[in-house]
Amino acid sequence: MVSDQRVIYLDHAATTPARPEVVEAMLPYFHDRFGNPSSIYRIARESRKVVESARESVARALGAEPGEIYFTSGGTESDNWAIKGVAFANRKRGDHIITSAIEHHAVLYPTRYLAKQGFSVTFLPVDATGLADPGMLEDAITEKTTLISIMTANNEIGTIEPVREIGKIARDHGIPFHTDAVQAVGHIPLSVKDDNIDLLSLSAHKFNGPKGVGVLYIRKGTRIDPFLHGGAQERNRRAGTENLAGIVGLATALDFAVQSLPREMERQKRFRDRLIAGLLSSVPHSRLNGHPEKRLPGNVNISFEYVEGESILLSLDAYGICASTGSACTSGSLEPSHVLLAIGLTHEVAHGSLRLTLGEENTDEEIDTVLETVPGIIGKLRAMSPLYPGKEKECHV
Amino acid sequence: MYSEKVMDHFANPRNVGEIENPDGVGEVGNPVCGDIMRMYLKIEDNRIVDVKFKTFGCGAAIASSSMATELVKGKTLEEAWEISNKAVAEALEGLPPIKMHCSVLAEEAIHTAINDYRVKQGLPPWEEKSPHHHEGGEGCELPDE
Repeated sequence: MVSDQRVIYLDHAATTPARPEVVEAMLPYFHDRFGNPSSIYRIARESRKVVESARESVARALGAEPGEIYFTSGGTESDNWAIKGVAFANRKRGDHIITSAIEHHAVLYPTRYLAKQGFSVTFLPVDATGLADPGMLEDAITEKTTLISIMTANNEIGTIEPVREIGKIARDHGIPFHTDAVQAVGHIPLSVKDDNIDLLSLSAHKFNGPKGVGVLYIRKGTRIDPFLHGGAQERNRRAGTENLAGIVGLATALDFAVQSLPREMERQKRFRDRLIAGLLSSVPHSRLNGHPEKRLPGNVNISFEYVEGESILLSLDAYGICASTGSACTSGSLEPSHVLLAIGLTHEVAHGSLRLTLGEENTDEEIDTVLETVPGIIGKLRAMSPLYPGKEKECHV
Repeated sequence: MYSEKVMDHFANPRNVGEIENPDGVGEVGNPVCGDIMRMYLKIEDNRIVDVKFKTFGCGAAIASSSMATELVKGKTLEEAWEISNKAVAEALEGLPPIKMHCSVLAEEAIHTAINDYRVKQGLPPWEEKSPHHHEGGEGCELPDE
């Protein structure tokens, strides 16, 4: 339907297109330089070299040592490994984990799994903007606490958590601190050293790299069990033949992202603020979800009362605009987003959320188009909605 | 994920709106669950001569409402009562399993509107066949408050 139409892609928090330079850098490692880094001959040694140089480059980008970088299959594996690996390795010391109510499912569900295994889990509430409170977190710490996991930035509402402060508290108490930085790496400045981070998850396809490859940073001295058992890869901690091309792609993409970060942050912030101000002023009964300032440069999340999110997405799709919603109707479940409920939205309002996430290829013209298109769509859906009081003057369709 | 028929009825819904002084109105669903459907009927000589709807919900909910109004228009009340959620879904060239409850909602909206008319006429409401006769419609469970 949209094949012969220009696509306006505003779902970069879901995934991003791989850069042509990234794909270019990966290609030799599928056929010409395919050697297994664990083998002994020359083409294998070349592969080993490439993996290690990628590791060094990722370490530089994060402010880590190369020996602290472990390649994984992506954000979900990194989160699962960090949480289960640390929990089980420290089980004799304690069985209490602290996390937040707005974590990604890749953190939330492993902690629920651990709760079934007999661990106790504290799910810290967040305020109406999505911020976790470091003071409340410190109060939740017990002698049995062996892991704190708080995301760097939320994937739905874009709120940036006070990780440095939380990391400091964790370190003062001698508790490992993990952060799911999948939405943050390559998008905001971050340093595992300065931010007091012991474990950090990232995923290449969120910063114009390939899908299926990620990293878990593990600070030297952190007690953690392996997650995948098998071969001796990744210093005996993560078995499985290295995803050679993927690792090259990840490192290349991260290089580009870090280089362009200051410029992209400015550009995306400008687009973000145009979208937020434009939509809130042109559509009555709308509200911004997430923090107004402590917010990812590329995240817009707005609830439109009296309409449902999936029908907004379908309407936008007819204009070639790709977006996302926290409504239950697209999630495969019947519950709206746990994040939107955690910041205090009613089910009704959570159902009417629209998330637009920006990326490098977006332009001013695209933002204009979105600002011109959305009010009409909301107006049309509200005209159909039995909930809409219709007292306010609606925008022209 | 949606058939072309669903997309057509979503993008160009038939019979949207309200009827002034309707003979029967049925409202079903719950905003908490993300869909609410209201159906208005104009009835003459036991026949549905006009029908309108308003729906808050996903694409499937809007398309199901639209299709349901097309199916009942011109029918006698007995004929309209027999239109099942399955018939609505089939007329839409199918719905994804997770969306079948939208067609259930459409059937319930028809039934509720017809019974609203019957009660207003001083007639006993017709009884639902059985609470479990729907095919593939998962309900939304309201959260505990």
